[in-house]
Amino acid sequence: MKDISKSVEKIDAKEKISGRMKYVSDYKMDDMLYAKTVRSTQCHAKIKAIHLPELPKGYYTVDYRDIPGENFVKMIFEDWPVFAEETVNYIGEPILLVVGKDKAVIQSIIRDITIDYEPLKPTFEYTKSEVHYHYTKGNPKPIFDKHNQHIEYTYKTGYQEQAYIEPQGFIAYLEGERIVLEGSIQAPYYVKNAVVNTMACEADAIRVIQTTVGGAFGGKEEFPSVMGCQLAVAVHKIKQPIKLIYEREEDMEVTTKRHPSKIVMTAAIDSNQKIAGLHARVALDGGAYVGLSSVVLSRAMIAATNAYTIDHLDIEGDVYRTHTVPNGAFRGFGAPQMIFAIEMFMHHIAHTLKIDPFAFRMNHLAKQGDLTSTSGTFRDPILMPEMIKKACDISNYHEKVKTYSDPKVRKGIGMSWFFHGCGFTGSGEAKHINAKVKLKKDDQDVVHLLIAAVDMGQGAKTTLMKVASHVLEIPLSQIRYANPDTDEVPDSGPTVASRTAMIVGGLVARASKQLKAKWAKGKEVVVYEQYQQPDYVKWDEETFTGDAYPAYSWGVNIVEVEVDKATYEVDVKKCWSVYDIGKSLDDLVVLGQADGGAAQGIAYGYLEVMNHKDGKIQQKNMTDYIIPTAVDMAQTETHFIENPFALGPYGAKGAGELTLVGGAPAVALAIEMAINKHITKIPVTPEFIMELMQNDDR
Amino acid sequence: MTTVKFTLNGKKVTLETDISRRFLDVLRNDLNQTGPKEGCGEGECGACAVLLDGHSVNSCLLPLAYVHNKEVMTIEGYAETERYKVLEEAFIHEGSVQCGICIPGMMIAAESLLNQNPNPSETSIRHSLSGNLCRCTGYNMIVKAIQRAAQRGKGLW
Ligand code: FES
Ligand code: FES
Repeated sequence: MKDISKSVEKIDAKEKISGRMKYVSDYKMDDMLYAKTVRSTQCHAKIKAIHLPELPKGYYTVDYRDIPGENFVKMIFEDWPVFAEETVNYIGEPILLVVGKDKAVIQSIIRDITIDYEPLKPTFEYTKSEVHYHYTKGNPKPIFDKHNQHIEYTYKTGYQEQAYIEPQGFIAYLEGERIVLEGSIQAPYYVKNAVVNTMACEADAIRVIQTTVGGAFGGKEEFPSVMGCQLAVAVHKIKQPIKLIYEREEDMEVTTKRHPSKIVMTAAIDSNQKIAGLHARVALDGGAYVGLSSVVLSRAMIAATNAYTIDHLDIEGDVYRTHTVPNGAFRGFGAPQMIFAIEMFMHHIAHTLKIDPFAFRMNHLAKQGDLTSTSGTFRDPILMPEMIKKACDISNYHEKVKTYSDPKVRKGIGMSWFFHGCGFTGSGEAKHINAKVKLKKDDQDVVHLLIAAVDMGQGAKTTLMKVASHVLEIPLSQIRYANPDTDEVPDSGPTVASRTAMIVGGLVARASKQLKAKWAKGKEVVVYEQYQQPDYVKWDEETFTGDAYPAYSWGVNIVEVEVDKATYEVDVKKCWSVYDIGKSLDDLVVLGQADGGAAQGIAYGYLEVMNHKDGKIQQKNMTDYIIPTAVDMAQTETHFIENPFALGPYGAKGAGELTLVGGAPAVALAIEMAINKHITKIPVTPEFIMELMQNDDR
Repeated sequence: MTTVKFTLNGKKVTLETDISRRFLDVLRNDLNQTGPKEGCGEGECGACAVLLDGHSVNSCLLPLAYVHNKEVMTIEGYAETERYKVLEEAFIHEGSVQCGICIPGMMIAAESLLNQNPNPSETSIRHSLSGNLCRCTGYNMIVKAIQRAAQRGKGLW
């Protein structure tokens, strides 16, 4: 049998290259209306009155009074309204929709709407904690008392915008009495469940279909549920097809972003110059509504020790409510903030102790059998020493460190080590998701993968079809995998958390095996599989103890930069990476993940700037919010080391998020070397470098 | 209402409409060309690119009046050419396509570049793509595809 890693033609490549592939904005229906959202211009205020102009025939407004069920968008934390009622809590909060045939008429109606507000006092600081978590490992208190050399640093990270090139969008219509929503989404069942709650209807009254997604990166995990609920209410009221597509400026201003954070790290150092204990205090800016922020927080906290083993930990974190746009899922999901902090901290400790950072880090590297941050066990082999060696060799790291440490040389090289837990945290897979997959062989002997996993460009269709093809020993041309439709597919969970290849792929492999056993030529055969948590995975949600993830993927990034002496512009020269993702299900697909992840991760560290002023996001569009272009992007050299995971299909683990989380510390460490100053904040912009250079201390 | 005439993918088109409309809207709504995508609507992302007399332009910034008497080619028309086939093979071979929303624009940018410079260096490929944003791929696999197409398509450009 062929090696599954060998690449095949991507299943949807031809349709996409030729422009034939339809995305939601390409859909049209008879009698289709457009919707546009009227939003708060205040960051915190009471709505005193809304003055609507007289509406022309065929034009409507839709607001919270039209909601048949509950006015919140069902996700983890139930605080996010579908439409604002009495108060608004951020600039851009949706108040009502204007719906009608002609976009220009809708615009003129919106211009004539006036809203009277009574301003309330906003909060932008980390003062109002909505979620607080705390966990310990070992006995941190006595350890901190015993070793009185304590080193403390504070790290800050900024917003990051997903900046998928296809803005958010849906089209919704009635099918008899039922409401159908088609949209650019990562989680069909999240949308369905949220809409059922808002409409107070039976589950089968709602049908959700995924349209081809033009990029998501977490941005289409929970946010589409907000739009879906609004549109369902509108269609229910107006009974005509309605299309809601965001324009870029709207998308940038009001959709969820990566949480800004502040992380205080304190280490107790023992007499062997090792970290005896670690305290971390994580503060996430949740924005106006908590949404998924608590889950982001827990993933950040669990990543506190990253790829290192530290025996005594005291880790605390909070999600703070502020009067800003709600933050949410973004590839990496809390890990990028924490991994930036700990990677910088390891270096800053070494500098403080005046010892070699590389040796110091090697001394703490996690090994198979060690206890994880949450006192679970790293059960599987950890190949980091070999991966680090490889990355150092191909980049000539150690030589370059010597040369670039000369303060006159404005070049630098930075290395990050990192891991990413695959799948949902703890018992999430078993308790909250409980993924199911269905495979159907029709009477033509064509096999249909009926799963809710979304191909948003990461190649899920290609890789999962390959898994089925390899197990069933049939060609890819005999397999179909349509965009998920909740009428056809069971809930195999959202397409998030680096779970698709490993968890859903694992189920597809098992189902294929079952189907192979039951194969009956020319007859329809249907098989199901359901996720079962491996027995050894034990997790206590309350105390954060046990195995937070069934498996971990690992990585090393090395980034080289040159900093312009006059302008402080950073030129990223090259990025070398070595990854352990278990087993690649398609070499080009995972290479694409590696390149794209590196681009986003590195840019998070030095290029992408987003901030707010009095609650107003300052970057209006792609001109203001800079993402890397082909010129900014460095060349990459990427290697994958095989380390098959027993429960993943053909040994595969997660790859999607891993490739992002190490980029920011690698580039920040490289810049740190080039300018010979400590960096404790990202993004490291030229302005920030200038500030550091004018400052005398290191 | 004014009359605008131009060639679209080799066929003559005559339209009676408001000439200040964005060309992208005319293409997508009146002429059923949905290959050009709207990523930003402000000339930054290149997803809406079309060939105007052989050069890549962002149709979201183009008033319809501007195409009067000109030759327009969208990805739909370009997909019928020999050159397209070479680029298509290269994009598939290098794994350059992820979500795909930027790809029609990338194809147009690649054609526009190769048309002017059949033997571009890596640097000139990167520069000529700098008006086309891709959030998925990190560009390197797209750059490689264009290098491959230039190699394999010798004589076509
Ligand atoms: S849509 Fe025209 S450049 Fe982005
Ligand atoms: S492939 Fe997704 S934006 Fe380029």
